[in-house]
Amino acid sequence: MSDATSRHPGINLSHARREDERHAEVTVFGFWVYLMSDAIIFALLFATYAAMVGRTAGGPSGPELFDIANAFVETMVLLTSSFTFGLAAVSLKEGRVGASQLWLGVTFILGLAFLGLELREFAGLAAQNATPQTSGFLSSFFVLLSTHGLHVLAGCIWIVVMMVQIVIFGLSRQVRSRLMRLSLFWHFLDLIWIVIFTIVYLPAVAS
Amino acid sequence: MNSSFILGKLTFDALPFYSVIAASGAAVIVLGGLSVVALITWLEAWGTLWRNWLTTTDHKKIGIMYVVLALVMLLRGFVDALMMRAQQAIAMNDPGYLTPDHFQQIFSSHGTIMVFFMGMPFLFGLMNYVVPLQLGARDVAFPLLNAISFWLTAAGAALVMVSLVIGVFSTGGWTGYPPYTELSYSPTVGVDYWIMALLISGVGTTLSGINFVVTIYKLRAPGMKLMHMPLFCWTALCANLLVIFAVPGLTVAGGLLALDRYLGMHFFTNDGGGNVMNYANIFWIFGHPEVYILILPAFGIFSSVIPTFSQKRLFGYTVLVYATMCIAVLSFTVWLHHFFTMGADANVNAFFGVMTMIIAVPTGVKVYDWILTMFRGRLLFDTPMLWSLAFIVTFVIGGMTGVILAIPPLDYVFHNTLFLVAHFHNMLIPGMLFGLFAGYAYWFPKATGFRLDEKWGRRAFFFWVAGFYLAFMPLYVLGFLGMSRRMAYYDQPGWQIYLIVAAFGAFLVLCGIISQIVQLTVSIRDRACTTDFAGDPWNAPTLEWATSSPPPEYNFAVQPEVHSLDAFRAAKEAGCPYPWPERYEPIEMPRNSMTGIALGAVSFVLGFAVVWHIWWLAALGLLGVVGTVIARSFATDTTRIISAEDVAATETRWKTAVLAARGASA
Repeated sequence: MSDATSRHPGINLSHARREDERHAEVTVFGFWVYLMSDAIIFALLFATYAAMVGRTAGGPSGPELFDIANAFVETMVLLTSSFTFGLAAVSLKEGRVGASQLWLGVTFILGLAFLGLELREFAGLAAQNATPQTSGFLSSFFVLLSTHGLHVLAGCIWIVVMMVQIVIFGLSRQVRSRLMRLSLFWHFLDLIWIVIFTIVYLPAVAS
Repeated sequence: MNSSFILGKLTFDALPFYSVIAASGAAVIVLGGLSVVALITWLEAWGTLWRNWLTTTDHKKIGIMYVVLALVMLLRGFVDALMMRAQQAIAMNDPGYLTPDHFQQIFSSHGTIMVFFMGMPFLFGLMNYVVPLQLGARDVAFPLLNAISFWLTAAGAALVMVSLVIGVFSTGGWTGYPPYTELSYSPTVGVDYWIMALLISGVGTTLSGINFVVTIYKLRAPGMKLMHMPLFCWTALCANLLVIFAVPGLTVAGGLLALDRYLGMHFFTNDGGGNVMNYANIFWIFGHPEVYILILPAFGIFSSVIPTFSQKRLFGYTVLVYATMCIAVLSFTVWLHHFFTMGADANVNAFFGVMTMIIAVPTGVKVYDWILTMFRGRLLFDTPMLWSLAFIVTFVIGGMTGVILAIPPLDYVFHNTLFLVAHFHNMLIPGMLFGLFAGYAYWFPKATGFRLDEKWGRRAFFFWVAGFYLAFMPLYVLGFLGMSRRMAYYDQPGWQIYLIVAAFGAFLVLCGIISQIVQLTVSIRDRACTTDFAGDPWNAPTLEWATSSPPPEYNFAVQPEVHSLDAFRAAKEAGCPYPWPERYEPIEMPRNSMTGIALGAVSFVLGFAVVWHIWWLAALGLLGVVGTVIARSFATDTTRIISAEDVAATETRWKTAVLAARGASA
């Protein structure tokens, strides 16, 4: 019965009360719509990057700069963090508070590790005089990656807030609903990163 | 420019004593603001204002606040227009009374305000008020988010107003094209004000878009299928889908321009590999749908007004729905017609020319539907209907000049002339503003419980329409004569007479606006004579009229069931318009919250600090934004219960009024 009436994917929220279901349906749908809007921002940044990739103004180009190994490690870290978030979601579904806290914590650490790797990459580029001010190409590269990075940072802050809220409120309806949305957000960032890896790093290796 | 840690670039030079005119403008803003504050203090109304309005999460009150904001900004934007018309009327071989730099600020703020801080808030105000009622819903999907959206819009508007007093506004037009708006050509804070105002209000608009789309998809009354929705809801749905997919373009364009200006990047610069065409593309991928965001809801208003005052059903409802969706989709396929002359090849221009002309097809279908709705109807010429009639005629003229501009070779001749200015005013003034005025007059009794004065409404209508034709038809001629837009002065004697006529037209519009102010004053004074608490003054077909005027906080004590289009008319024809039950249930509503106004305030501080490079204050502002959101997420006691007794008392009072009104009319 509850499976048949479940109209949103992912974490099963409470179906015991009709209002709970209605609340979850409206809120989660709204969050999907927000993600669509955010996806447009990334789409425009991708388009800008594609238009700017050759505009190096005499500065270094992608193939000269990019370290595919580092990008690959970043990809692995982020993919793993999506997996650990999945484990947190499963624990949440089964109502195991401790386990979900643990996996959220691991996800948070992986998120920070990703940001650390990204900052290290940026610092490395800056050391080669490849800064956002060098050329249109590098401006669009740094802005595309930092926009994603800022989203990851926001996700990390959100994870901390949710871990605190689990302690205070337990797995209440509100908390479950928010974790559901956070999980959508986190996987969305993973998805965006896959496109970054494909559009930014892979062509640089291929050429 | 010198920059200090404490005040950034802010010095005494920022005060507007560089010209008498700028100083007087600033004085009007400051004195106006102070007198409002003084008046509220004198009336001892701060507490009431705070509890009933500033912290409200009620979609109806937020809607009214949006409309008030829009009307204030309409005055400001119109004063800008009047100043430009006055300058051009006298600036033949003469510097006139405005310096070129000041003239540029005025056309920039006029465009920015009219599109983003008059048109958008006015539309969102009407949508806020009407859409949940028409859907038979209790509120929008996210009431607190709704308040946040409003306060972010207000914060953006406040930044534009503050630029009049502290510093300068952008001279880059409402589109802010680089490389002119890059730091090398526009080193003052004007462009920064423009960027921050649009970014902050843009976030609010996006959130509103999400809110309304979810409301329309998920909160319709039981039984109401999508094809049972009033057309205004359909146009609101399409417009808000456009908001969700288009406004990110504004965010990206503005954001990248800010990065160029603040961090020395090279997105749109002339050197360093920057590419101005990126800006043109991104901005107009937003900017063209924006035109339809403004016009589509107005189409919905006309589709509500025309059948009601023709005393007929809307002709071709289904066709109108599909035409609306066609327009929404096509609006994303035409952005390049804004830069036909920038060097794309002929095939690209031809494609976008054809796509542009295709939009005239669904729009034409709509015009025929409205005309056929009136055909053999019993027309009542109340002011909302008058605005609609003026719209149909005027809008068709604008549409035809649009088809002229959609032909790339002709666009090469006309682009950047006053022909273009005449065209888009010819679309947006009848297409949006007349719709807003029609909606304002139509729904005013719903929002306040009394009608607007008809006599002054007609006067306003007459002045506006006559003023519009006199102000803009000469601009078409001037376009043919080759006068380019944004000229502070000129030396062609042949142009002046047309500019004088245009200025006279603007003066007539001023009379129209004065009539509207008088109308509002007179209506409030005489409200005892026009009170209509029962709530259905126009014998209208849709659900917003199936409750009291103004409606109770919870809209409907019992959610209406809907099984057809024009649900309220169907219920009236069936003889049971109001489902009054024997007993009432308690109703849960969101509590007031100061989160909205707090977020608006810290966003304003953030924007202001970034404009002036006051980085410690910007950091505080950002911390305020993040902190407010996180703090709110810990709030638990966010709803309150209206008891069944209170609901019953409210409903009984209304029931008595309805029965009395029906008795009186019988």
